[in-house]
Amino acid sequence: MSQTAVKTAGPKMDNTSGSGVYNASEKRYQFFWSLFFILVSIIAIIPILRVISISLSSKDAIIKGEVFIWPVGLNTDAYSKALKTGNFMGTMGYSVVLMLASAAINMVMTILMAFPLARRNLRLGSVIMTFCVLTMYLNPGTIPTFLNVRDFGLINTVWALLVPGAMSVYNMIIMRTAFRAIDESLYEAARIEGCSEFRILWQIAVPLTVPTIATLALFYAVGRWNGIEDQIYYINSSSLYTVQMTLKQMIESIAISAEEGSTTQMTPENVKAASITLSMLPMLIVYPFVQRFFTQGIMLGAVKG
Amino acid sequence: MTTKNPSEIKPDRKGWFKPYIAGTWQLYLMMLIPIIYIICFKYKPMLGIVMAFKKYTPFGGRSMWEMDWVGMQWFQEAFRDSLFWKSLVNTLVLNLGDLVFGFPFPIILAIFLNELRSNKVRKTTQLALYLPNFLSWVIISGITSQVFAASGLVNNIINALGGGTVPFLSNTVWWRFVYWIMGIWQSAGYSLIIYLAALMSNDPSLSEAAYIDGATRMQRIWHVTVPQIMPTISTLLIMQVGKVVSISFDRPYMMRNALVTDAAQVISTFVYDKGLKGGRFDYAAAVGLFQSVVGIVLILIANQGSKKMGQEGII
Repeated sequence: MSQTAVKTAGPKMDNTSGSGVYNASEKRYQFFWSLFFILVSIIAIIPILRVISISLSSKDAIIKGEVFIWPVGLNTDAYSKALKTGNFMGTMGYSVVLMLASAAINMVMTILMAFPLARRNLRLGSVIMTFCVLTMYLNPGTIPTFLNVRDFGLINTVWALLVPGAMSVYNMIIMRTAFRAIDESLYEAARIEGCSEFRILWQIAVPLTVPTIATLALFYAVGRWNGIEDQIYYINSSSLYTVQMTLKQMIESIAISAEEGSTTQMTPENVKAASITLSMLPMLIVYPFVQRFFTQGIMLGAVKG
Repeated sequence: MTTKNPSEIKPDRKGWFKPYIAGTWQLYLMMLIPIIYIICFKYKPMLGIVMAFKKYTPFGGRSMWEMDWVGMQWFQEAFRDSLFWKSLVNTLVLNLGDLVFGFPFPIILAIFLNELRSNKVRKTTQLALYLPNFLSWVIISGITSQVFAASGLVNNIINALGGGTVPFLSNTVWWRFVYWIMGIWQSAGYSLIIYLAALMSNDPSLSEAAYIDGATRMQRIWHVTVPQIMPTISTLLIMQVGKVVSISFDRPYMMRNALVTDAAQVISTFVYDKGLKGGRFDYAAAVGLFQSVVGIVLILIANQGSKKMGQEGII
């Protein structure tokens, strides 16, 4: 065990080689628990592997129950069928655009609110802050919220998926904390040069908080990508459904027409798994790269002021 | 000239307002759209709560305010409605199960993961356990049926070992366990990271001192490590206890199926079924309001309790 790799928060004193403290029982302990956690990790991804292997397996192998977590009788027919159902690629594109638009709107709103509230000389700052924080505890409920969205005429429009959730107060508070860390004398210098507050925000505050902005934007994006609640409530034309809702419909409709499966080449189970895999794919591809932002994001939220 | 730092302005009574506004009006302008948003989409809906005390008439173009008052009629109806009570009990049962099974799990994982020296194993475990957090409940419900259905992975394994098929998704008792297991699967990674962060900020010298004094590993964990993350544990516990009557919509809605309605009908899905699907906005609004009020009371009690226990409150 090399010294440089050791960076745990646990007891560190017993890892010096040769001192004899890092003894056989400790070695056995480390080995056993490493094995245990590798096992836990494998169990955690088995459900995902299972879906992928079903989607790639032949109908016979699935019916005989031969497929566990590796594909048996490899074929990709399920994917061609899943892609043909409805307009899958179109829906995917729409969902991506919606996700980007939602993240952008949310981020602009969050920044515009957080930046002034982060300023210490704002007289109404604490009043407005309380006004925001109260909304985190007072939830009007599903029906009043629905009636409100309906009053604004947003039902069955794409705006119902963008406007009602246009800012999260929780994330706004995180953003405000990030802005608070900036030394206000920087703004002062800019103001003497004749900068407007908008320019100060754009050219000083935003560049200094890029990591937080990236993290929050990702949180907003994932929230929109995975969100179905508002679509179930406010949308009833399938042309406005995102990938998640299309998948929901697909799973349900395939369950109904289960008998058809026997006449065609593949089982519905196949196609269902392929649709699930296709819907997961964007997240699975992006996840390894953005994971650390989310980990940071949790810390931002968890560090309670 | 106009852009004078407002913090330098002396409150000389006479003319503080003009220079203050001159220095800060742009900041207030920035907040204008977000404030309008909060008023329109966070505060204005609260007016809709009156629907719980009115008779909803969909036709005739009458506004919410012109509809007839019915007082507490919907609340009385709800208290007589066995389906409402069933939803309430199911909500409590599912939430308490999450608390009992889901809450300790990431704590235990984090404590033992923290004892590990290998950074690779720690990173891999975090990566694998956090992944399901990014999947929607639509996808998770699809995965659930692939894993727990009669032809799913778990039954494949049981059958291969010679056992009979277990009705995980069609038996209400089994279904609850599936609901909790998938909840752990989805959220354990998130809590794990919070606890690992709390453990990272622990003072290692305390554990070292205990080690030198001859404490075993379990003694160190129990008497040194756990007390240090106790504030984090209690904060998260209080938050979850306070939310015991409120339940998300997507998770029970996506996880349920026609065979387990008895166990799966919860307040949020009840409100949806009665109100948005059944058109009884008034009755559903009353049920929702009941849930919100009980929820707020519970959060306040939990907060008070945490302060009594000497921990920092959550509000």
